[in-house]
Amino acid sequence: MKNIIPFLIVVFMTSSTIAQTINVCKTCPISTLKGAINQAKDFDTIIVKKGSYKEHNILINKPLTIIGKGYPVIDGELKGEIITITANNVTVDGLFIINVGTSYTEDYAAVRVRRSKNFVIQNLVLEKLFFGIYIEKSRDGKIFHNKIIGDAVEEYNSGNGIQLWYSKNIEIEHNFVQHVRDGIYLEFSDFCTIKNNVSSLNVRYGLHFMFSNDDIYQDNTFDNNGAGVAVMFSKRIKMHNNIFKKNWGTASYGMLLKEINDAEIIGNSFEDNTIGINIEGSNRIIYKHNNFSNNGWAIKIKGACYTNTFTKNNFLYNSFDIAYNSKVNDNTFDKNYWSNYTGYDLDKDGTGDVPYRPVKLFSYIVNRTPETIILLRSMFIDIIDFSEKVSPVFTPDNLLDNEPQIKKMTW
Amino acid sequence: MLKILKYSFYDLMRSRWSYVYFAFYLLLGVVLLFLNNDLSKAVITLMNVIIVLVPLIGTIFGVMYYYNSKEFTELLLAQPLKRSSIFLGQYLGVALSLSMSLILGLGLPFVCYGLFESSAIWDFSLLLITGTFLTLIFTALAFNIAMSNENKIKGFGYAILLWLFLAVIYDGLFLMTLIMFEDYPLDKLSLIGTMLNPIDLSRTLILLKLDISALLGYTGAVFKQFFGTSFGLIVSFVTLIIWVVLPVLRIVYKSKKKDF
Repeated sequence: MKNIIPFLIVVFMTSSTIAQTINVCKTCPISTLKGAINQAKDFDTIIVKKGSYKEHNILINKPLTIIGKGYPVIDGELKGEIITITANNVTVDGLFIINVGTSYTEDYAAVRVRRSKNFVIQNLVLEKLFFGIYIEKSRDGKIFHNKIIGDAVEEYNSGNGIQLWYSKNIEIEHNFVQHVRDGIYLEFSDFCTIKNNVSSLNVRYGLHFMFSNDDIYQDNTFDNNGAGVAVMFSKRIKMHNNIFKKNWGTASYGMLLKEINDAEIIGNSFEDNTIGINIEGSNRIIYKHNNFSNNGWAIKIKGACYTNTFTKNNFLYNSFDIAYNSKVNDNTFDKNYWSNYTGYDLDKDGTGDVPYRPVKLFSYIVNRTPETIILLRSMFIDIIDFSEKVSPVFTPDNLLDNEPQIKKMTW
Repeated sequence: MLKILKYSFYDLMRSRWSYVYFAFYLLLGVVLLFLNNDLSKAVITLMNVIIVLVPLIGTIFGVMYYYNSKEFTELLLAQPLKRSSIFLGQYLGVALSLSMSLILGLGLPFVCYGLFESSAIWDFSLLLITGTFLTLIFTALAFNIAMSNENKIKGFGYAILLWLFLAVIYDGLFLMTLIMFEDYPLDKLSLIGTMLNPIDLSRTLILLKLDISALLGYTGAVFKQFFGTSFGLIVSFVTLIIWVVLPVLRIVYKSKKKDF
């Protein structure tokens, strides 16, 4: 006991000498964020008081904690990048950053993290931006509870909300991204977690993976984007409990999979999309417990998709359940609920006694001649669909659900 | 004309067939709601039924009524009445009583089920409007057929053929044409093809509401303008009105020329 008190005093004194607090405000001795960073020592805390600071190219090259009180505005005046972090252990919290410069040769960002570890970027509000938060060759960071609202109209002159490039172990949680090119974009980034974000009204994709492996995204909402989520050239991605809705248009998908292997798609819901999931060249993917409701096409399978399993999903009132453009089928459809199923269940075991064929002749015709979509729900189409169901000629005859469920499933 | 309309209307209201027709729709509505437990799903199923059945019943009923009331018509013709008003009155009497059975028969169960609080109300009213249009169009076509054929059997034959052609065969030919010319830009052709058939036209109108997400999947500027804006809705309604007006004009024209 006697030893502890002096020890505590020593700890208290050393810590107070190491971690100082520097205040920044318009009337303080230090009135700019740049000045405060210059004066600060490692592990200091800088508190930015309410006000407007016209600064850009702010370089944080030592481990600092920067906290905004009452959302101070950092105005870049469209001159270029605003904050660049190059040190480890940096925290940026509670700033309102606006007016990032636009350039066609450099990707200016509101906050850029370069070759750093253990950073935390939280409670930021970004507006009028080019790129929002840009993480470059960094690892073990957290991007938490930020609000990013852009004004992107065209793809070529706009940037992404949150972009990860060659980064590892990043957690992206509770962010709100709107009106940018890609809401969240991962390129060559592995082992990242993307959770509870809302990404909507973006010009291109809500979330975009490129060459990124072993990532997980769950409980996110993707609403009204050019396309909800594009997952391309990646392996072992887990996609759980996300909501994809209202992605309407000629090239709009809830989810776009291209060259994806060994992924899991579980518990998601797809509502009111032109195409729920568009699959191309993807293998060994598990689709389970998903809800597809009121989509134009629930699932559109293009070429080269093998050994995928679709089990226990609900297909509710889609114009087309599945479109399939090849005659060979190596995918399994099992124990799903199809609202278009017309069979019966005489032994009352909850499974239909007649197999269901999810691919209709009409979806084959529409694939070939897209204009025929105008004949959707015509009586003639019902008749030819029926005859195809009885004896399949154009659609793969082993593509069927042998155990269609009688009742909609809940989990 | 109004007097004759009134007479025809009350006559039909008293007839057994109107009640059967009304009861059929009532039953259909109740059963659909009972089985589906979901208003919007019921509306979709109903659409399939309406598109096929309303034209059939309109045609058969129109032809039947014309032949049945022929003696009475001849009696009326002996009176100092305008010919056009006699026939138009009869036509409207049939068409309106049929529409009323449709609207009441389907409307009642849906209203009881809580239509006014649901979001399906617009889809449902669109359904009733197209149903009414189809009744007006097909009754008028039936009157045309009946007036041109003295022979009852022939008249009925033509009426059923007309229905079969517009409901099924037309779509088959349409589909064949589209597939045959698939190398050419077809979006205009397909829209015009739809306009030329009232059943297809009403189907598209309802598709606009129910399957818009699928329809937008097709890349074509004309399609996009048609389905993506209210332009499609307006054009469809105008064409439906033309579809009513043209056969009615022919009834007027034919009634003036016809010998009895």
